[in-house]
Amino acid sequence: MAINVQVRKKLDSFLLDISFESKSKRIGILGASGCGKSMTLKSIAGIETPDEGRIEVEGRTLFDRERKVNLKPQKRNVGYLFQNYALFPTMNVEKNIAAGLKGSRQGSETRVRQMIEKFRLQGLEKRLPGQLSGGQQQRVALARIMAYEPDVILLDEPFSALDMYLKDQLQQELIQMLEDYEGTVIMVSHNRDEVYRFSQDLLIIDQGRIAAAGETKEIFRNPVSREAARLTGCKNFSRVRQIDAHTLEVQDWGITLYIRGEIPDYTEWIGYRAHDFIPVWGKRGENMIKAEIDSSATLPFERNYYLRAEKENVLDTDGSGGTKICWFVQREKMDVLEERGIPDYLEIKEDKILFLR
Amino acid sequence: MEAIMEILKGLDWSPLFISIKTGVVATVISFFLGIFAARKVVKASPGKKAVIDGILTLPMVLPPTVAGFFLLLLFSRRRPFGEFLFDEFGFKVVQTWLGCVIAATVIAFPLMYRNARAAMEQIDTNLVYAGRTLGMSDTKIFWKIIIPTAGPGIASGTILTFARALGEYGATSMLAGNIPGKTGTISQKIAMVIQDGDYMTAGIWVAVVMIIAFIVIFLMNIISGKKMKNIRRW
Repeated sequence: MAINVQVRKKLDSFLLDISFESKSKRIGILGASGCGKSMTLKSIAGIETPDEGRIEVEGRTLFDRERKVNLKPQKRNVGYLFQNYALFPTMNVEKNIAAGLKGSRQGSETRVRQMIEKFRLQGLEKRLPGQLSGGQQQRVALARIMAYEPDVILLDEPFSALDMYLKDQLQQELIQMLEDYEGTVIMVSHNRDEVYRFSQDLLIIDQGRIAAAGETKEIFRNPVSREAARLTGCKNFSRVRQIDAHTLEVQDWGITLYIRGEIPDYTEWIGYRAHDFIPVWGKRGENMIKAEIDSSATLPFERNYYLRAEKENVLDTDGSGGTKICWFVQREKMDVLEERGIPDYLEIKEDKILFLR
Repeated sequence: MEAIMEILKGLDWSPLFISIKTGVVATVISFFLGIFAARKVVKASPGKKAVIDGILTLPMVLPPTVAGFFLLLLFSRRRPFGEFLFDEFGFKVVQTWLGCVIAATVIAFPLMYRNARAAMEQIDTNLVYAGRTLGMSDTKIFWKIIIPTAGPGIASGTILTFARALGEYGATSMLAGNIPGKTGTISQKIAMVIQDGDYMTAGIWVAVVMIIAFIVIFLMNIISGKKMKNIRRW
């Protein structure tokens, strides 16, 4: 049981060229808006047709350009949860759930009843989608898909239209509802938290190409490519020059790092997460950067500081007049700062450095 | 008042029935043709769309007499197509009730087509995709999802089509003529009696037309209002 997708399609501004295989039951696809991730999902569902490639799900070939296989969406047995749920506005909850069911009336009535119970929709059977809350709509949409018993369920940015409070609740609910579903679920999102909590395997797409693929936790730990690191939430990047086996010149920040372990051969950039800096007061030690605070912002649960890089004549990478380094301090660590003031230096921990190509 | 009663007593009601019959038949034909055309045009490529849309909308933009001219050219028994229709099927269009229906249909059709098309184009394409991934056939999607969702647009298209077909004058007078009891519609009747200076009779027919128009719109509003109450729209 696995999924194997190879898709090539010319899009307006770039070429979508995705190829991945996974045996995992929960797959996440992470990418910025317009990177081609939705197109990938739509190709699997048969809503869009790739120019070239092959799509296999659980041993069934859905699409194969060379062998001229292109199953209609109706024949693919793939469930698709749309961002706006796409409930049929003139049908009530029951009819929406029954929409895809075939066979005897009695059989589909029983099935609808089961789904209504499973998704806690009792009492809402006769309501129209317009009379339901966002959470109820999601449950109806999922019930409609599950009633149809698909081999794969595709979730297309299911939470991006929701406010933060509702988002958190619905994410948890969705994960729970999908718990006993035995097929594969692929979720597309531009939100790293969503995919992190949902998926075992992860695919990161940038400009139509795969920037990283593998086990979710491993990719967050070691994203390898800069785009992947950025999409997993890393804020600080710098070009580096390797001086010797254990020394890196960090060009954009104007410092030098001593690495005890091995530096991967491919390293051209390093990344460092904004939460991973350790504040240091007093004397400067190894692998530290001067804390010259440029500006700061206070958020409900953390404070963000933006530092200037040490060297003035560094290359202007983003056109904003030099690299800014982000340092995020969580609330529970803020007390120390209140007490001792802004630190003199920030320490960079070797095991937290991301070596990137 | 007495004068009105006098006229009403002796009134020939045939224009009312001819108009309503023509209006209903033309609306039914336009309803199906309009929805069918709208569906085809919505699916067509942009270039094709522009051309087909232009042709289908033309009768609405042209003066009805121009449309009538073309219809005469087409259906006259002195012309190949008209001759063919008569010889093969015995259809006479010019100066017959069939001519009334054809003229009214051609003129009113674009209203149905345009309203249906606008309503269909506003439908979220995800609804169609959702239907497909749920295994619904395209025909089923069309009748169960697209038509009901486009309901209000189609309803208003139908009202306008009926109203327009009911009042058609220009093309009708050219193609079907004004034969009392056969092709004499209300509009033609009004024009005729006005020419004779009979404002009283004209006024009665004007009142009849206004009552019909009001009743139709009132009914449609009730129907669509009830059905669409719980469907959220922009």
